Amino acid sequence: MVKAIYPKGKIVAKTGNEVMAEAMRQISPDVVAAYPITPATEIVQIFSQFVADGKVPTEYVAVESEHSAMSATIGASVAGARAMTGTSSQGLALMWEMLYIAAGLRLPIVMAEVNRALSAPINIHGDQSDTMGARDAGWIQIYSENSQESYDNMIQAVKIAEKAKLPTMVTTDGFIISHCMEVVEVYPDEDVKAFVGEYKPERALLDYKKPFTLGAIELQDYYFEHRWQLAEGMRNAKQIVLDVAKEFKNKFGREYGFYEKYKMDDAEVAIVTIGSAAGTTKFVIDELREKGIKAGLIKIRVYRPFPADEIAKDLAKVKAFAVLDRADSCSGNFAPVYLDVVSALFANGINIKSENYVYGLGGREISTEHIAEVYTKLDKIAKNQVAPSKTVEYINVRIK
Amino acid sequence: MKKEEKKLTAAELPAGGILEAGTAQNFKTGSWRSLRPVWNKDKCIHCLTCWIYCPDSAIKIAPDEKKTTVVTGIDYDFCKGCGICARECPDKIKAITMEEEKK
Amino acid sequence: MIEVRWHGRGGQGAKTAALLFGEAVLATGKYIQAFPEYGPERMGAPVQSFNRISDHPITIHSGITDPNFVVILDPTLMETVNVVEGIGPEGKVIVNTSFSSEEIAKKLGINKSQVFVVNASQIAQETIGMNIPNTPMLGALVKVIGNLDLNGVLEDTKKKLEVKFRHKPQVIDGNIACIKRAFDEVKNS
Repeated sequence: MVKAIYPKGKIVAKTGNEVMAEAMRQISPDVVAAYPITPATEIVQIFSQFVADGKVPTEYVAVESEHSAMSATIGASVAGARAMTGTSSQGLALMWEMLYIAAGLRLPIVMAEVNRALSAPINIHGDQSDTMGARDAGWIQIYSENSQESYDNMIQAVKIAEKAKLPTMVTTDGFIISHCMEVVEVYPDEDVKAFVGEYKPERALLDYKKPFTLGAIELQDYYFEHRWQLAEGMRNAKQIVLDVAKEFKNKFGREYGFYEKYKMDDAEVAIVTIGSAAGTTKFVIDELREKGIKAGLIKIRVYRPFPADEIAKDLAKVKAFAVLDRADSCSGNFAPVYLDVVSALFANGINIKSENYVYGLGGREISTEHIAEVYTKLDKIAKNQVAPSKTVEYINVRIK
Repeated sequence: MKKEEKKLTAAELPAGGILEAGTAQNFKTGSWRSLRPVWNKDKCIHCLTCWIYCPDSAIKIAPDEKKTTVVTGIDYDFCKGCGICARECPDKIKAITMEEEKK
Repeated sequence: MIEVRWHGRGGQGAKTAALLFGEAVLATGKYIQAFPEYGPERMGAPVQSFNRISDHPITIHSGITDPNFVVILDPTLMETVNVVEGIGPEGKVIVNTSFSSEEIAKKLGINKSQVFVVNASQIAQETIGMNIPNTPMLGALVKVIGNLDLNGVLEDTKKKLEVKFRHKPQVIDGNIACIKRAFDEVKNS
């Protein structure tokens, strides 16, 4: 029987896009500037309908491209507004130079992002190539397994961004979550508003009594200090993420952290992954446990800042693990999440046998069987029956 | 010798590259000058062309007794000696001439 | 967990049916998923949509390959699409048709006991005045699944339709009548 966790919560059936738009309505930002793109179109479409219907007092700026969407959002944010946007894939790519500016200016912009493959070939389906490419832009990245998480993450993102003075993107897997209707618990408007609070920027360009310059040139003598500040801001954001998660749990009852551990306490083989595939992995783990395979999962929620030491500590006990990446870095080396995980382990002096799989590009199916095969191989690696492959492996792609 | 400017550390700098307004006033660029504009008060017709063109706001102006804005001199703290004022001063007037800076 | 696959043609409401069904089943207290297959979204092209129903939270997010129930909105799809793919010996197929279960079973190469038939197009024509078979098929599905609360489903569907068609009350009543009739008329014979 479906039950609400928060006593005043309401159970609804909504898609990922619908609940992200709902969260935006409840947060009620001062400005939203956006340009529609599949599969994120509905987020801003529904939100602009809220604006048109007078259900939210936000100033909605319809722009002619994502570059302008991000530019207008940056402009609104420096002016002192709580500003949000939403996009996906090529749209995020077109925002590229502005992403770095938003981070460098330390603007707490929140973006609803729907993960979709990048062209070419053109493809509208879910993979994480778009946001993985933006992983070094100085944005906090929070990934969602399902619609409930995307809703909860949007609400938390506003507080995290404003406390950390860092732009924050919340993502869902394109179509798999963005267009999947699921059971979601939503909270009353006033409780969400009370949680996110009012945005009071320390400095705002529209505060003409305290004028200042923003975005000036800084050469060899000052640029590095400001970029160090940005990197340090990201390191400090870790504690902020945890603080906001704690506050969220105290208020609404759902628990969040850097990542979710599923049956890791006694796990001998583990998968580390991000997004909706983590849910499918949980389903596989339950089946494997019945067969005696001690399988576990680490589902990364906060990828930037990366919880390196924490993950290293939690993975230290397994005999073999695999990282499932829904993006390839085409580097001749491994995929992004794997690189982060193994560098965390190496820096902590931990050496565990591991594998890296790239899966699901362009929305390619990842089934329970595929995930079970990974665990089966890990089990053999753990028992020294087979050696781990020293290169990226691919799931469900026709190679020969 | 000029004193070495103290550079702020990352801990001292405001986040996001905020610069307070009006800091250019503290940065005296007059020392960059190798040619010096000299203003002839008697020739000047106060057309303010030099004031419009000066890229460093180094032409000083003020209201006279009739509340008309007039040129009152050159701000040598900020004048870099570019000579635009001398060139733009109307040909028939030529109230500004550039002279070698003597230091 | 129960998994359902809907087969329709672009414009027939296969996606809407899955969404309506999902919401209605949630209203009866169960966990649900409803999602369409996104591909060639053109009027008339074969399309699919899916439902999962469970008494427990649903974490799985892969596609549905071996559904317990298959709903076929348009009988002509049986000629071009492998509508029985992955259903196994226990899977049940519900077809909008005027033929008997036996005839359809022969055509699909499965057991007669797996095939349920209802003339949803006719029901829709007679109650709404249009050949939109998705809501009657929703009623037939509720009946064939068996352990779902029809009144709960009707109540929730009515609420949803009242929002969408507040200026056309006859559409709401017609759809509700559709669901009830198909629930009563779907048969395995």
